[in-house]
Amino acid sequence: MVGAKTREGGVSLQLDQVRLDRPDFQLHVTAQLNAPVTAIFGPSGAGKTTLIELVTGLRRPTGGTIRLGSDVFCDHSRRIHLPVRKRRIGYVPQDLALFPHLSVRQNLLFGTPHKTELKTPVDFAHVTAVLELDVLENRRVPELSGGERQRVALGRALLSSPRLLLLDEPLGSLDLELKRRTLPFLRRLRDEFHVPMLYVSHDWAEVEALCTEVLVLDRGRVKYHGLVGPAGFEPATKGL
Amino acid sequence: MPYEDLYLVGFTALMASLGTLAILPLGLPLAWLLARHQWPGKTLVETFISLPLVLPPVATGLLLLQLLGRRGVLGRFLHETLGMDVVFTWRAVLAAVAVMSFPLFVRSARVAFEEVNPRLEQVASTLGASTWRIFWAVTVPLAGRGLIAGMILAFARALGEFGATIMVAGNIPGQTSTLSLAIYQAVETGQDDRAWRLLGISVAVAFSAVFIGEWLVRKRGRVA
Repeated sequence: MVGAKTREGGVSLQLDQVRLDRPDFQLHVTAQLNAPVTAIFGPSGAGKTTLIELVTGLRRPTGGTIRLGSDVFCDHSRRIHLPVRKRRIGYVPQDLALFPHLSVRQNLLFGTPHKTELKTPVDFAHVTAVLELDVLENRRVPELSGGERQRVALGRALLSSPRLLLLDEPLGSLDLELKRRTLPFLRRLRDEFHVPMLYVSHDWAEVEALCTEVLVLDRGRVKYHGLVGPAGFEPATKGL
Repeated sequence: MPYEDLYLVGFTALMASLGTLAILPLGLPLAWLLARHQWPGKTLVETFISLPLVLPPVATGLLLLQLLGRRGVLGRFLHETLGMDVVFTWRAVLAAVAVMSFPLFVRSARVAFEEVNPRLEQVASTLGASTWRIFWAVTVPLAGRGLIAGMILAFARALGEFGATIMVAGNIPGQTSTLSLAIYQAVETGQDDRAWRLLGISVAVAFSAVFIGEWLVRKRGRVA
């Protein structure tokens, strides 16, 4: 287990001159992300979601390369674009996108069958126990509360045995009380499964609570990349 | 009900059902391509498949007759390779109802596919699902109500088809005669009793088809 931990924790995401033109700004990012949990922080419209979608492959950059470990996800000059489904990325979008016609259990298992060849797939019982999903398994998506949906989406992404988890404002849609109750699940996720995460947020309190490093974006540019905390970046206004 | 009427109802319902099923292998992927992708010639294809809706059915029938007759491109091929004749057989009835219903199904299916949130398909792909699996496990079930509604529409259209059928299949009692053709013939030959009886049957069949369809759509609505 310890071996797996270091191996998984050691995957690094390299963004080299990644460019994309958006109507209101140009995204232009170069960064190497190695931390267990890196926050992508910035005001809305900074390009956080765009950056995440470039990593998933749902968007194609107009330039640059994206690599995860030794795998080239995307290399514009060599016209390489690894199909989304081959990237092994666990993506939890802001709108969660749970499958409304499937049960919780079917949602959770959606990403697993094609990955049976993996030597160390993420264990179903482990995930459902950690996220307290075992009691929800037979429920239908429309019956779930906001916090429950959030956990199902996390579990579904995790159960696809991803090499990298991309969480886009996972607490964004929850009220304060639900945020307070859901945050410990994210901590457990981080500490139990050792899958590196990119955590998009515009709430500095979340970033401080979860992340070791932060990439600060503003209008598509990197403003800061480094440690979180007193020694590192502190936003001028915490409510940025 | 006399045996011949019973046969007539069975034959008509069978042709309408088979016609609706025959549309699916081509209609489903086509509707999906129209809903989800941009490709050259798309507008042309859209216009072409809508032709049976706007052309007089008799004109569509005439085109089919040209195409499927022994001297037609497709008709000759089928006759020479498979020894199969189409025109003035049940196969012609099937071809006529399928062609006439095709645009109705494709239009409904297209709207149904467009209403499925593409985010769900995108997330499915991040979970490692292939296009094929996404189509069958996400898109089709979520478009289910619209697809069923489209099939009902196609079935209903097929049930009442007249113009194209009479051109390409004729009106041969016991062979190619359908409910609408038989009603027309009954009126023409002064058999008013038979005409009224067949009218009653038509109403019953159409009513049950639409009723069952609505019920299916509702049932799915509760599930999804």
